[in-house]
Amino acid sequence: MSDDRPFAITLPVGSSLANKTGNWRVERPVYVERQPPCTTVCPASEDVQRWLFHAEEGDYESAWRVIMEKNPLPAVMGRACFHPCEGSCNRAQLDEAVGINAVERFLGDRALEAGWTVPVSASDSGRKILIIGSGPAGLSAAYFLRLDGHDVTIYESAALPGGMMRYGIPAYRLPRDVVDAEIARLVEMGVTIETEHSVEDAAIAMADGGFDAVFVAVGAQKGRHYDIPSGDASRVMDAVSMLRDFEAGDEPVLGRRVVVYGGGDTAMDAARSATRLGAREAIVVYRRTRDRMPAHDEEIADAMAEGVQMRWLTTIRSAQSDRVMVERMTLDDSGAAVGTGEFDELEADSLVLALGQDTDLGLLENVEGVERVDGTIVVDEHQRTGRRGFFAGGDAANIGANDRTLTGAIGQGRAAARAITAFLAGREPERDPELDPAGFDRVNPWYYSDADRTMRPRLEAARRRNTFAEVVSGLTVDDALFEARRCLSCGNCFECDNCFGVCPDNAVIKLGAGAGYQFNYDYCKGCGICVAECPCGAIDLVPEHR
Amino acid sequence: MSAERVPVRFYQVGSFAVGNRLVSADRRNAQSDPQRANSLTSGHRACAGCGEALGARYALDAATRVTNGQLVAVNATGCLEVFSTPYPETSWQLPWLHSLFANSPSVATGVAAGLRSLGKSEVRVVAQGGDGGTADIGMGALSGMFERNDDVLYICYDNEAYMNTGVQRSSATPGAARTATTDVVGEHPGNVFGTGKFVPAIAMAHEIPYVATASVADLFDLETKVERAMSMHGARYLHILVPCPLGWGSASSDTIRLSRLAEETGLFPVFEAENGELTGSRTIRHRVPVEEYLRLQRRFSHLFTREGEVKDVATVARIQAIADRNIRRYRLSEEVS
Ligand SMILES: Cc1cc2nc3c(=O)[nH]c(=O)nc-3n(C[C@H](O)[C@H](O)[C@H](O)COP(=O)(O)OP(=O)(O)OC[C@H]3O[C@@H](n4cnc5c(N)ncnc54)[C@H](O)[C@@H]3O)c2cc1C
Ligand SMILES: Cc1ncc(C[n+]2csc(CCOP(=O)(O)OP(=O)(O)O)c2C)c(N)n1
Ligand code: SF4
Ligand SMILES: [Mg+2]
Repeated sequence: MSDDRPFAITLPVGSSLANKTGNWRVERPVYVERQPPCTTVCPASEDVQRWLFHAEEGDYESAWRVIMEKNPLPAVMGRACFHPCEGSCNRAQLDEAVGINAVERFLGDRALEAGWTVPVSASDSGRKILIIGSGPAGLSAAYFLRLDGHDVTIYESAALPGGMMRYGIPAYRLPRDVVDAEIARLVEMGVTIETEHSVEDAAIAMADGGFDAVFVAVGAQKGRHYDIPSGDASRVMDAVSMLRDFEAGDEPVLGRRVVVYGGGDTAMDAARSATRLGAREAIVVYRRTRDRMPAHDEEIADAMAEGVQMRWLTTIRSAQSDRVMVERMTLDDSGAAVGTGEFDELEADSLVLALGQDTDLGLLENVEGVERVDGTIVVDEHQRTGRRGFFAGGDAANIGANDRTLTGAIGQGRAAARAITAFLAGREPERDPELDPAGFDRVNPWYYSDADRTMRPRLEAARRRNTFAEVVSGLTVDDALFEARRCLSCGNCFECDNCFGVCPDNAVIKLGAGAGYQFNYDYCKGCGICVAECPCGAIDLVPEHR
Repeated sequence: MSAERVPVRFYQVGSFAVGNRLVSADRRNAQSDPQRANSLTSGHRACAGCGEALGARYALDAATRVTNGQLVAVNATGCLEVFSTPYPETSWQLPWLHSLFANSPSVATGVAAGLRSLGKSEVRVVAQGGDGGTADIGMGALSGMFERNDDVLYICYDNEAYMNTGVQRSSATPGAARTATTDVVGEHPGNVFGTGKFVPAIAMAHEIPYVATASVADLFDLETKVERAMSMHGARYLHILVPCPLGWGSASSDTIRLSRLAEETGLFPVFEAENGELTGSRTIRHRVPVEEYLRLQRRFSHLFTREGEVKDVATVARIQAIADRNIRRYRLSEEVS
């Protein structure tokens, strides 16, 4: 017995740290990263949760930079994207989906105000890429190719760049100064855009310019027509031409009563634009029922709120100068619309056909090896056509998954850029990593605060502001912060310290802000409390192998 | 209660999780601090998922923080003592003393008196024990400590039975619960109803300065109460519900979930009282029926079918009535307060 022991201590004392309780364990907790549904459904694969994480802290610039890893047009997309992310958001099962789109718009606008841009850090590759078409697909590819250090030129047949962002989507939904500003940023990054340069033959254009690869992103510019018997004096036009002419300053003559034929978003835009062009009455005629309309619910609701009338289960049989003849339809057992033989007349000064768009593929007519099916270019998952060095995407390359949206076009532009860089380097393109899904069943909802009643009206007002362009103020800083903080961070750690706190064995090591945590398997008994109490489901319990 | 509870200013975890990178450091729980005391350190031999080990660290870390480490703990016999100090190891990182099963309140009184006579009144004293040590064998010593208003915070870790010796009934065991001494036989299987005692109410009857209840499901509340208790002098009592996976027959991962359900059903009322009067109650957030709590525990499995349907409707209704009464009595719901 040594004498340096404290008074009255008769036995030497050791610490229980000598007792490694980790060897009791039959299961071990592990930190995981899972894919939240917002990302899974995003056609541009945006890491929504990761940018909301920064926005939650008010670090808007970092948040914006995360968006820019996947999407070069946040201010545009924050307005015109159909935001499937919100439709899949797990928070909807708790109260309401996170207003992702509104936050994206807020960040996009902030970036434009502050003049943030993305530096091109790659050294010049010495390779030249031609992009045909300056819609979202072409612009997205151009951006990512620039970031890879390539020399990028876009040939655009129209007078101004932007594709359907300028000549399709009406300005009350997507102001042109926003489109201009986001394109200007790409130009400043070194993307060359030659407008009024229509490509007649893609292979010749490629050879003439000495390009190493070409990305065909010509969209679908031709409004579909449909053979309707019509009198000489009748005014029949297609919706995309009407919208394009209007944008080009060539105001279409529609008259006071306009009938729009079709049930998609373009039909809604045409009808809403018609009312803005002075039509007193705009009627959308659609063959089937409302629930079958391909237009998004929000678009239909907005159109109706603006006084657009809907005639469902109706088809157009003929058009005269001052009226159209319609037939009432019914759905048969298979859900197909069939005529009833009951006819009716609608007064109409003009008829606008919104029946979809086709692609003009004349520029590929003499190009060998590029397969086409149903008027669109056939590409593989990496946007490669059958011809070496030829890539295609956006509305012109309608692979099954492409639902013809801005977001899809942006995602395909990025995929094409990655494939082109890989092609130039002589390797296969990589894919985005696939993670297991972060379902709501993994969330421990207890930890998320309830919707505070005083907050709710503000939230809804913010939503409205985003939906009705008339009240275009976007989110305030407070609202954006609040909305971002509603994210549950499904499937990925957001550093709430719960695991660190709830372990009865102090077997979680906190590594510090931004670095997360680590398990100390010397002492972890595998009780699983951390797994059960992780708010967002970022910990799995797996069998221990010995 | 816990008057300083931060009003919800945003949705993401608010103040429910242990920490929150979105709030300033002073608004986070002591347990989120990487420099926390870890009064009960790793290597202890408590079962996996032990609520008592967790509750003790929560409470003593908070007390250590507010006393700047000037703290002595006196421990009654029981799991907490046995799993933390098998010779020659100890898990305690503060001065700690064990004497007997029954006498920790008296020993603590003596420690406090000794420190006072040494002029070390800045050193504070905590006594702690299980529900058996508190409600049964130590009751007399505890009542004396209360009655003399000795300067001790007594913490009872209530796991509702004598766990350390193999799950025997204590006077804190709830009705219908199976223990080694209340088997599921006869007309009324499990522990009988209408017996036992609720020590917080007994403590309140002594009109001591501070009495509170807490659970390992609400850390913010627990830490606030320890801080409040340590800001006062005289006899104080804190009663913490600590689920025991072994004795309750529950999954080790369900410890916190069960505490939460005990609170949200109303079966375990969370409140605080000063000088014998109720001063605050934790209101239930999402009220749940008692079967959701009972179903997860093997000690109540005789009330359910194999499929988890309620089998003994009358007994479950009786337990529900206890919860409902708690809600009225301790004002656990906004509607009744
Ligand atoms: C009215 C309307 C509203 C819409 N609203 C939305 C919406 O709100 N949200 C949404 O996500 N999607 C919307 N869409 C769909 C979306 O606009 C398209 O899916 C998207 O623009 C496709 O992008 P892209 O780059 O493939 O083609 P486009 O945007 O069509 O761009 C193609 C470009 O190529 C140019 N080009 C064509 N041929 C040649 C050639 N031979 N030489 C040189 N240049 C050429 C064209 O002039 C055009 O600028 C809408 C579409 C329409 C028509
Ligand atoms: C005088 C005396 N009687 C009996 C025992 C045996 N004994 C040790 S711990 C214990 C039960 C402790 O139960 P509780 O106080 O509820 O603590 P738990 O173990 O449940 O945490 C008993 C009966 C003892 N140590 N001393
Ligand atoms: S028996 Fe219960 S109280 Fe004792 S160590 Fe195990 S879990 Fe903890
Ligand atoms: Mg006990």
